[in-house]
Amino acid sequence: MYVARNISADHKDLIHDVAFDFYGRRMATCSSDHSVQVWDINDKNEWHCTASWKTHSGSVWRVTWAHPEFGQVLASCSYDRMAAIWEEIAGSTTQSQRRQGHWIKRATLVDSRTSVTDVKFSPRCLGLKLATCSADGNVRIYEAPDLTDLTTWEIQDQIQTKLSCSCLSWNPSRLHPATIAVGSDNTNPAAGGKVQIYEHSENERKWNRTSMLMSITEAVHDIAYAPNLGRSYDVLAIATKDVVIMRFDKKDPAMIGPAPGRNTPVQLDHQGAQVWQISWNITGTILAASSDDGMVKLWKANYLDKWKCIQVLKGDGSSVAPLLMQPKEAARETRGSSLPEPSVDAGFMSSSPKFSIFTSSWFSDSSPRSRQGRPSSSPGSTASSTVIRGFHVH
Amino acid sequence: MAMQRREIPEFIIPVSGSQDNLLSARWGQGLQLMVFSGNGKRRYMAGEADVAVNLDKPSVVHDVRWQTDMHYPATRKLAAQSHEIFTSLQKHTSDATDGTKKPQLVKFSRRYRVAMMECLEDLRKAASDMAEDEGDQETYKDMCQLYQQLELIWNLCEILYIENLPGGVILQQLLDWVKLHFTDADTLAARIISEGEINISKDYWSAVYIYVLQGRLAEARHLLSMNPETQHDVHGAYARIDELMRRMPVFSVFSRQSLAEFDLKWRNWQEICQQLLVDGVFVSYQPLETICRILAGQQDVLDQLQDLAGDWYQIMVTKLLYTNPMVKAVDLQYHAKSCMDKFRGSSRLLPLDQILLAALEYDVTQIIKISSSNLSNWWFVAHLADLLHHAGQLETHQLDFGATMREFLLLEYASTLMARESMWQIIIEYLEHCPVFGRHHLELFVEKIPLQSEKKAYKVLKICDEKNMDDQAQSICKVMGMRALQEKRLGTALTWCLRSQDASFATYLAEKFLTEYSLNGNFSNLDLIDNLGSSMLVSDRLTFLAKYRDFHRLYEEGEFAEAGELLLSLIEANLAPKQFMLILLTDALPLLELDVVVFSSKQTSQLLMCKENLLKWYQSEEYTREILPKKSKGHVELEKEKMELLQLGLSRNLSRALLEESVRT
Repeated sequence: MYVARNISADHKDLIHDVAFDFYGRRMATCSSDHSVQVWDINDKNEWHCTASWKTHSGSVWRVTWAHPEFGQVLASCSYDRMAAIWEEIAGSTTQSQRRQGHWIKRATLVDSRTSVTDVKFSPRCLGLKLATCSADGNVRIYEAPDLTDLTTWEIQDQIQTKLSCSCLSWNPSRLHPATIAVGSDNTNPAAGGKVQIYEHSENERKWNRTSMLMSITEAVHDIAYAPNLGRSYDVLAIATKDVVIMRFDKKDPAMIGPAPGRNTPVQLDHQGAQVWQISWNITGTILAASSDDGMVKLWKANYLDKWKCIQVLKGDGSSVAPLLMQPKEAARETRGSSLPEPSVDAGFMSSSPKFSIFTSSWFSDSSPRSRQGRPSSSPGSTASSTVIRGFHVH
Repeated sequence: MAMQRREIPEFIIPVSGSQDNLLSARWGQGLQLMVFSGNGKRRYMAGEADVAVNLDKPSVVHDVRWQTDMHYPATRKLAAQSHEIFTSLQKHTSDATDGTKKPQLVKFSRRYRVAMMECLEDLRKAASDMAEDEGDQETYKDMCQLYQQLELIWNLCEILYIENLPGGVILQQLLDWVKLHFTDADTLAARIISEGEINISKDYWSAVYIYVLQGRLAEARHLLSMNPETQHDVHGAYARIDELMRRMPVFSVFSRQSLAEFDLKWRNWQEICQQLLVDGVFVSYQPLETICRILAGQQDVLDQLQDLAGDWYQIMVTKLLYTNPMVKAVDLQYHAKSCMDKFRGSSRLLPLDQILLAALEYDVTQIIKISSSNLSNWWFVAHLADLLHHAGQLETHQLDFGATMREFLLLEYASTLMARESMWQIIIEYLEHCPVFGRHHLELFVEKIPLQSEKKAYKVLKICDEKNMDDQAQSICKVMGMRALQEKRLGTALTWCLRSQDASFATYLAEKFLTEYSLNGNFSNLDLIDNLGSSMLVSDRLTFLAKYRDFHRLYEEGEFAEAGELLLSLIEANLAPKQFMLILLTDALPLLELDVVVFSSKQTSQLLMCKENLLKWYQSEEYTREILPKKSKGHVELEKEKMELLQLGLSRNLSRALLEESVRT
């Protein structure tokens, strides 16, 4: 059973990224309206905006959380050529700061001369490091030498990838030297592979390119290593035309798993549509990929490493007017009659048929159809049987 | 291909502008996605210019969750209860011998079923509870239906795989199975009896027929005896049928009867039934004739009573009862197939049919497979697979990545619980019983448990200690220490820091304490600092802090000589931050003013030397550039004054000490 609850953010422009904190209890959103919002979930599983502030003077592309070991720290990157580090501090704030909560800017990283397209903190085992990449093809790795003073960030290295960068991902594996995969949105197929992998060499104290994936010739818009839970290989998902899944076997023979050698890339079919964003679940078993055709597809691999789409989420294309919820104000649940129009009801919660199946794609040949048959629900058909939950107008 | 595509379930989110701005999704904890409109395309289009769109409506984020079955109050209870059964089952089977194993497993299976029935009962209550809102009621109703089916399947699996009695004669258990799950006759009978006067209606006969079809002849006889017609049973038809039913032979594994004996008796009895029909004894008693035809095992009567006979598996049991009561469990599949063909016809098989058929065919993998893809519920498959695994019924199906089917299912079940924060202890136990990947999942999961309170953090730490997860424990301490620092609780932060043995953090905190002292002139968290013991060695700065505090204590206690010595060694050891040096030296002042001479001439000259060094530092470029600008004018004046006082005190002490020393020699 799928249940969707709407949360009305008051971003004035498109949201570009949503990032969960380490525990999944906080969320940050960023938008073209130059602002970042921070949301907290309460015991009743309702999200409340606790801070909203202007972070940049251009579209904010990405926002990301540092590990809580380093405090409550966010990094954002923007079209305004900057990346910024934000830290939440305890204490009272003045009225004028209220909207910003307790978030203060610790540092601005101004090294890029073009739009900064992605920003990611390193896995915790590498300390507090930050990688950014920008449209002019530079990848920069920063390090906070003093964890108790986040105003100072030193550039550890700067890599010129020679192709405009759109995205990057740290390899989460602890058994590996620090590794970053960088994707490029360069559209010229002749410009070479659009994914490059860099590895940090402790001895040389620099980052070296270990491979360029020549098979990826189309523009890449997102890239993500899967969380590794004891697998003997790394898995990298690449959002290009369709999604490509690459496997990299580790050298360490002590790892558990099957015999190495099946490194052929797997193509996840989005009918050739451009895929823009991908996201792994925390155990690295399901991938969500969103593409040009307006669909978000959930992919899962079975035991033969056969990937199967187990669920599609898509918009209905309607323009249901979401009710406004002001940040810092409690979301209130309303029941049917208090909503403005019955036709809007389905907009606040719709569910696919009860016991619609979230299938185990471990068995690739079994039908994921629901017991009760209806494969999908349109708002009209479910309005009668769904709970109506919405947020009140304030 | 087209067929396959249609089979992917779709979930429609009412999103404004999704056509233009598309959708993106980010994973949360467990099975949760944040879906929002707008994605990278816009960024890419922005290219050279950053154009604002200025939406006329605020943008919306959709919190999409699924597999929330276990998040309702009734199912949460089920999750808790089954977790208990699960853990004791794991413990039990590791030290059980073969002899005691089976009866124990049956007990475990029954405990699971009891938990399911309780859950079902709670769901029923909730479904009819007017306090619940309509949508929830609807959900509960659907869940009732689901759990009813789950219990039906579980019970059959229990009969076939866990209990499997010697000899393989299985009919009696199948009858119990049908009796337990299909209670229409009881409902009808109860209503008829409660009405007082027995009204010979259609319902009355329906109840009697169903009892007979289910082989519950005692109940059927009871109901028949209440028929007023039995009072004037001139032809003795009622007595005849009663006699027939009473004398029907029943086979029991526990009786001393042999199969051949039973077979003989049974054939005899059925011949009598058939003979009575031929003789036309019940011709003028239509309902009794029907009963007798059932008893005689006539097929066509089942067709007539199809509305009452139930689904194909119920009909199968009826048919076996009256035609083949000694059927062996292994042969059930043939009977199942023929009943299914006859009574299901060409209509599409529902998952329940497929699962029951797979069970009767002894195809365990197929049961799990169909159940997991159709019943939207990992609870069922995970626990059933685990039980079957312990009963040795689950082939150890090696998956590509080395986990068994059981482990795969347990991991899936655990991950459906993850979205529910209060389940964390339960999740840990399940992960622990996954031999291959459990550990990795556990390590990931333990770190991700939200730590709302110190108490919870200590609980999680205890688990880390038990399972030797040092890295995770350290990380948790760091997180807690950092949080305490953020909240300006230095003592707590230091406690957490000491647990994680984080040297740089300890240095930082020690400095914080010293700063606090230099501002207020006293220490907070004295208890903690006084009792640092050997843990002070984590960092030099912390050692200094502890020793400096020792100095204060000695001074307060009047141990001036010792205090002086300690102070000197602290100054000499250079453990203190430079900025703190003046404070240390100033601390020497009261000792210099005492009547007794504390510092010897040698010690005094050492102090003088330190003072000179400090003076040099004050004049250094580093100091004038970085530190001086931050100090107020008054502060600088005060420092100057202190230095002068020191100069004076030290020189006076030097002369006193020299005098005293010369007197002594």
